[in-house]
Amino acid sequence: MEKRKVYFDNNATTPMHPEVKKAITNALDVFGNPSSLHAYGRHARMLVEGARESVASFIGARPDELLFVGSGSEGNNTILSILNSQCRMCEYNTCSGKELVTTRIEHPCVLETSKCLAERGVRVTYLDVDKDGKVDLDQLKGSISPRTGLVSIMMANNEIGTIQDVRAISRIVHERGALLHTDAVQAVGKVPVDVTDLGVDFLTLSAHKIYGPKGIGAVYVRKNAPFCPLIRGGHQERGRRAGTENTIGIVALGKAVELRSVEMADEEKRLRRMKETLRKGIAEKIPDIHFVGHPTDSLPGTLNVSFEGAEGEAILLYLDLAGIAVSTGSACASGSLDPSHVILATGLPVECAHGSIRISMGRENTFDDVDYMLSVLPDVIARIRGMSSAYARRQ
Amino acid sequence: MDKVNWAYTDTVLEHFMHPKNILTDEDAFQPDGRGMTGNVKCGDQMVVAIKVDREKGIITDCRWKTFGCASAIASTSVLSEMVKGMKLDDAYRVSPKEINKELGGLPEHKIHCSVLGDKALRAAINDYYERSGMQEKVRREEARVVCNCMNVTDHEIEEAVLEGARTFYELQEKTKVSTVCGECKEDVERLLEYYKSKHFCSTDTPRPILT
Ligand SMILES: Cc1ncc(COP(=O)(O)O)c(C=O)c1O
Ligand code: FES
Repeated sequence: MEKRKVYFDNNATTPMHPEVKKAITNALDVFGNPSSLHAYGRHARMLVEGARESVASFIGARPDELLFVGSGSEGNNTILSILNSQCRMCEYNTCSGKELVTTRIEHPCVLETSKCLAERGVRVTYLDVDKDGKVDLDQLKGSISPRTGLVSIMMANNEIGTIQDVRAISRIVHERGALLHTDAVQAVGKVPVDVTDLGVDFLTLSAHKIYGPKGIGAVYVRKNAPFCPLIRGGHQERGRRAGTENTIGIVALGKAVELRSVEMADEEKRLRRMKETLRKGIAEKIPDIHFVGHPTDSLPGTLNVSFEGAEGEAILLYLDLAGIAVSTGSACASGSLDPSHVILATGLPVECAHGSIRISMGRENTFDDVDYMLSVLPDVIARIRGMSSAYARRQ
Repeated sequence: MDKVNWAYTDTVLEHFMHPKNILTDEDAFQPDGRGMTGNVKCGDQMVVAIKVDREKGIITDCRWKTFGCASAIASTSVLSEMVKGMKLDDAYRVSPKEINKELGGLPEHKIHCSVLGDKALRAAINDYYERSGMQEKVRREEARVVCNCMNVTDHEIEEAVLEGARTFYELQEKTKVSTVCGECKEDVERLLEYYKSKHFCSTDTPRPILT
């Protein structure tokens, strides 16, 4: 049998767009330091500022509200770290709030930073989510106190794809005088995102989830919002993020979002149709399954499904051997014994959480890929269940 | 390309692709001894069933089923082959390290998954002794309390190491050992080193996370 290759792990990272590769190749020769005043430097500066305008306009921000950072993780670390910043070195507004409100389903770069802040005396509240992964807005209302400096709620979840109602969240947060950050790493470039429309004060995005390279991201910081640099040193990014600019990465990110503004709308529709086909096919062919994530408010290409009696890592590897790449939140794949904190937060029983896989489709996937998946997956599950000590087929 | 970073050896893959001795129909198999270990809630569970030649004290057949990952599947498949024809006493002593050797090595963070099979096998052997009225042969693995304050045993420390604890701090996080008077610290550190070297030889591999 000829082996097909299907990459269904676009939430982990994406293959670079051919046009992005071209832009990178062209930028390779622009080696000047964007801070230099001579022609070499000015050329690099021009590219950097051009990319800044593209990214800013893509999310409805002003160029001076956007700073480039080394990854989505760095962006999230930077914003959370403004909490409790009262150092006189900062020329920016400081944020003296001593409390952080976030959710149980954030990416580890937010959760670990929150833990670290808690060790340093910041009080952290973790909001629950419902079975579809939506934040409980009433709990949010009750969790913000006058000492809350920052609320950080991800826009779209990487594991289950659920999209939060950021607009409603921002109203609640601002009515109570706090600031709102959203980790939009999985959202920007997949669904429309406009910072003014959403009303957020801070937002993080990352290039490698939208067909750009790894190691480059950007943060939106609303004008006059408090700020405190995480990386200090030179005056790059107007003193907000030291370090000579990653010209090549920045150019690539700029190109990636330009392409997104052209391709996103149609692709979103196409992915939603593919996901529906996949969801229906799985539901028809395989018994005893659970889909996790909001049925409609979710990323167009993300489908998370759990199979009773089958362990996630085993599913992942049998699929891998058939040429299909997916992810799992199973404990065995992660080396800890607890399955995905996100799936558990939705209230799915632990034993089911161990059997979940994440299928995330992107621009290169086709309906043929979906068909191939549907021709392989039922056998894989049947095979694992056939040797499972935890599966008794229901009659 | 496929082999780059492929964390499993060809033997593991082979047993994963074609697992041997699966217990498909327990009623038809009519085991002489049956052992179960692990728990579906923890993400891994193993059932081992054996047939025994009473006169010779030899395992004649060994079957299994699992809710587990690739490592659990492959290591139990290998184990089930290894112990066929073995004396009960020898089978009882098969260690995770021997299974691991037979498999050509597992990635370090997967080793805790591979100890399920031999644990279930020991339970099955004990079950056989119990069923055949040889109570005196049933062995219990005795645990020693190391930390009196928190009542933590050496078994629990071993378990924590197998589950990924590599530093004193991680052990404390997992087991709460040595978090009160601290008198046991030296003992705990010694055990930590011992269990690390008992189960692992390679250096730490980073754990993947779901991004
Ligand atoms: C929701 C979310 N936030 C943050 C990140 C981190 O981004 P990066 O990989 O650029 O550090 C990721 C992906 O890894 C993500 O999915
Ligand atoms: S004996 Fe362990 S903390 Fe006291």
